[in-house]
Order: sequence, then C-alpha cells, then structure tokens
Amino acid sequence: MNSKKEEARAYEAYVKEFTPKPRYFRNGFRAFLTGGLLCCAAAWFKGFLLKGGFDEKTAGMLTTIALILLAQVLTGLGWFDTIAKFAGAGCIVPITGFANSVVAPAIEYKKEGPVLGVGAKLFSLAGPVLVCGLAVSVVAGLIHWFRV
Amino acid sequence: MKEREERRRGRRTLWFPSGPVLLGAGSVAGEKEGKGPQAPWFDRILEDDRMGFETWEKAESEMLSNAAEIAVQRANLSLGEVDVMLAGDLLNQLMSSGFAARKLEIPYLGIYGACSTMTEGLLLASVLVDGGYCRRVLAAASSHYCTAERQFRMPLEHGNQRPPAAQWTATAAGAFVVAADDLPMPRITCATVGKVVDPGITDTHQMGAAMAPAAVDTLCTHFEDTGRGPQDYDRILTGDLGKVGSQIFRDLMLRKGHRLEDRYEDCGAVYYGPFQDAHSGGSGCGCSASYYAGRVYKELLQGKYRRVLLMSTGALMTTISSQQGESIPGVAHAVVVERDPG
Repeated sequence: MNSKKEEARAYEAYVKEFTPKPRYFRNGFRAFLTGGLLCCAAAWFKGFLLKGGFDEKTAGMLTTIALILLAQVLTGLGWFDTIAKFAGAGCIVPITGFANSVVAPAIEYKKEGPVLGVGAKLFSLAGPVLVCGLAVSVVAGLIHWFRV
Repeated sequence: MKEREERRRGRRTLWFPSGPVLLGAGSVAGEKEGKGPQAPWFDRILEDDRMGFETWEKAESEMLSNAAEIAVQRANLSLGEVDVMLAGDLLNQLMSSGFAARKLEIPYLGIYGACSTMTEGLLLASVLVDGGYCRRVLAAASSHYCTAERQFRMPLEHGNQRPPAAQWTATAAGAFVVAADDLPMPRITCATVGKVVDPGITDTHQMGAAMAPAAVDTLCTHFEDTGRGPQDYDRILTGDLGKVGSQIFRDLMLRKGHRLEDRYEDCGAVYYGPFQDAHSGGSGCGCSASYYAGRVYKELLQGKYRRVLLMSTGALMTTISSQQGESIPGVAHAVVVERDPG
C-alpha cells in the first residue's frame, strides 16, 4: 500500500514537469485591480448613501445588497463568468462570488422544475459555505460565552 | 479451435481476418469547435449549441443522431439496414445515446468507456461484423460541453478560473458504419483491448496525466502482441490526453524504447486553436469521435495514410469517486485501420 502511495507521489512530481504553472503574478495583479475597484465603488456608494441621510448601519447594509444585486444581474446576463475568468479572486472572494454561486445553479437547474430543480440545487454551491460559517460561529460563540 | 487462435494474438489483441470496412462516417461539431483548426473536416457545424431545444441534453442527443444519420447516408444505406448501434456518451445512464436510439429506431447497445468510447465502439463493432453476427453496425459517441459541465463540474454561469492542465469538453459527435463488404475502403484489421491503469492522480484537472499510463500500457501491449513498432504506422493518434498528457505519453513511450516522432498526435491537443481558451486541449467522447470520423477518415479515403492506429483514452472516474478521495483510473483501447491491407 505504501509503495503504491510513493509511486503515485513520484508520478505526480513527474507530471508536474510537464504542467505549465498558473500565472500567479498576473492573476494576483488582476484580482487586486478588480477587487480594489469593486471595493472603491462600494465605498463610494456607501458615502453617497450616508450623504443622502442614511445612518451608518443602514448604508452598509444597502451597499451589501447592491453588490449582491449587481452580481446576480451580471450572472443572469451571462457576464459574470467572463469577468470571473479575468478577475479571479477579485470578484469571487467578495460577496459577489457568493451571490453568483446561488444564482448560477438556479439558472442551470431551471429545466428540472421549481421545486426539485431550483429548490433542491439552489444552495448546492453556497450550502457548504453556509454550513462552515454557521459551525465556526457556534465555536466563536462558545469561546465568547466562556470568556465573559 | 484453430480459428479462435487466428482471431487472437498475444495477450490482448483481437485479429479481424475479414477486415470489417468503415463504410461511412459522420461528424458534427459545436459552435466553438467549428471555429477551431479542425473545422474544415467536420460534416456539420452547429450554429447554436442548443440546436433550438429547451435543454442541452436534448441537443446532445440530437447531435449524436445527426452524426449517425450522416454516417448511414454516406454509406449509401438506410437506417433500417443497420443491424445494431453501439453508442455511448458521458451522461448518467447514457442519456444522449439511449434517447438518440429512441429517435433512430434501430437496435441499440449502450457502451460506456468515458472518453475511450469511440474506439471501444469500433472494437466491438468489428467483433460483431467479423464474427458474422451483424452485417452493418453503427458505432457512435458524443459529448457536449454544457451537459458535461453540469454532470462533472460546476453550473455554466458559475465564475471560476481553470488551471492550465484543465481540458475543455468538446461539443461534438462522431459515428462510423462498420460493415462486412468487399469495397476498397478503410478496414479495421485488429484491435487491442485496454487495461484499467491507475497512476494515483486525484486532481480532476489532470485527466491527461491520469490517462497517459493506460495509453502507454495499451500501445506497448499492442506492439508486443503484433510484433510491430511505431515505424509500422503512418499515424498513431491518442484520444484526448491534451497538451500536457500527450507530452507525458510521448516521454513515457520513449522510456519504454519507442520513439513516436511526427507520426504521433493527440486529438485533444490539436482540437482547439491557441486563442480558444481551451487550456490543455479538448476532451470528451465527442472529441476523438469527431476527429476520427471527420479528419482521419477523410484523409484515409484520400489515400494519405495506409495504416493508422486510433486509441481513444478514457478516465473512469465519477463525481462520487472523486469526492470520496479515489484516484482517477484510466483506460485506452486501440483500433488499427488500414487502407490497403496485406
């Protein structure tokens, strides 16, 4: 069993010699650029809301909602995946990526019906993220509770 | 008993003394594929990958039956004259093939060999024809980018980046009519059945690397069984190892003492152009099927080659197996086609 594992590891190393490396620097730069632009736009929008008389909390919430809406509409138009191919983490890590991961399966499984298709698959990608988030929040909550 | 020995050489090579003829072939390719370097060879290029249907699955099935119809038409036959259809695709329970057979109304045997399906079909079709059980057999395979993505990967509109070794599932279908006939057409003379080989790759973006050792095993066994070497073939083609996998294959063959040189090519590696965002190249049953039925068959008819070896390669993993941490087993079947045997 062990020798098989070693063989697999040796083969993997051999395969690596033939595999082109992802362009980390280029991808990182693009992610920085688009992610930064996205955050700047969100900050500008929040400032605009604050000036319009919203309080800090409401403005923040509305900005988040606006970002989600933007990602959802772009996904529906079929542009998000093109942008994500360029931007990578720049648009996947912010809440826009999460919004996309809910809308994409919704579109994909429309044909299987509203309940067993969209209903069942809506959170197929976002679900694991939610579960992890909830699990971590419980742990964090417990730590907080014991400390106080 | 003697007869049986004549039909088998070595460990895994089947011999077809009657030489089943490739009477006709049909290839259909999608929009993106139709903009690639292989476009001039396809019999039909789709203007819309959905073909006006509601679902991608229906479109794939239609594409497969289209390819079959073209092949039968080129063979100057009618669908009713086909004894059996051997077909396969990548979807669960071979949805595209089963539904295409429903439309065509011909006897059907579903086969699954992942991307190795085309040569698996040709091999089995030759067995049926050479054994005298059938006179005309249709062998076909298809894949569709949009159905394969949802089956194996992510929803289409999901935003992500692909690593450089990833391959693009071809939207394409190919079909051959294999028949018992005396016409001076390309013939299948022998075939080598592949063994499942698993080098332990778990990364599903490294399919070429996962399948290369299986292809090496089949080709080396074929050479051993037949006493031939690379120099005995005008062309040696692998299914869809992609750019990365075919380099590995070439290197592994060299280590075994076989220099493949210019005669070797991988369908996946040459299927898309450099600016078509296909990374390591094409994959899917339809990739090698449409390449063989499109380009190779036509070049054989033109008399460009006398003897070619076709070897489609398949990765036999499922979404469940990769989630359970299993590595990717590969398989490859080889079929030898000759223009002028003897």
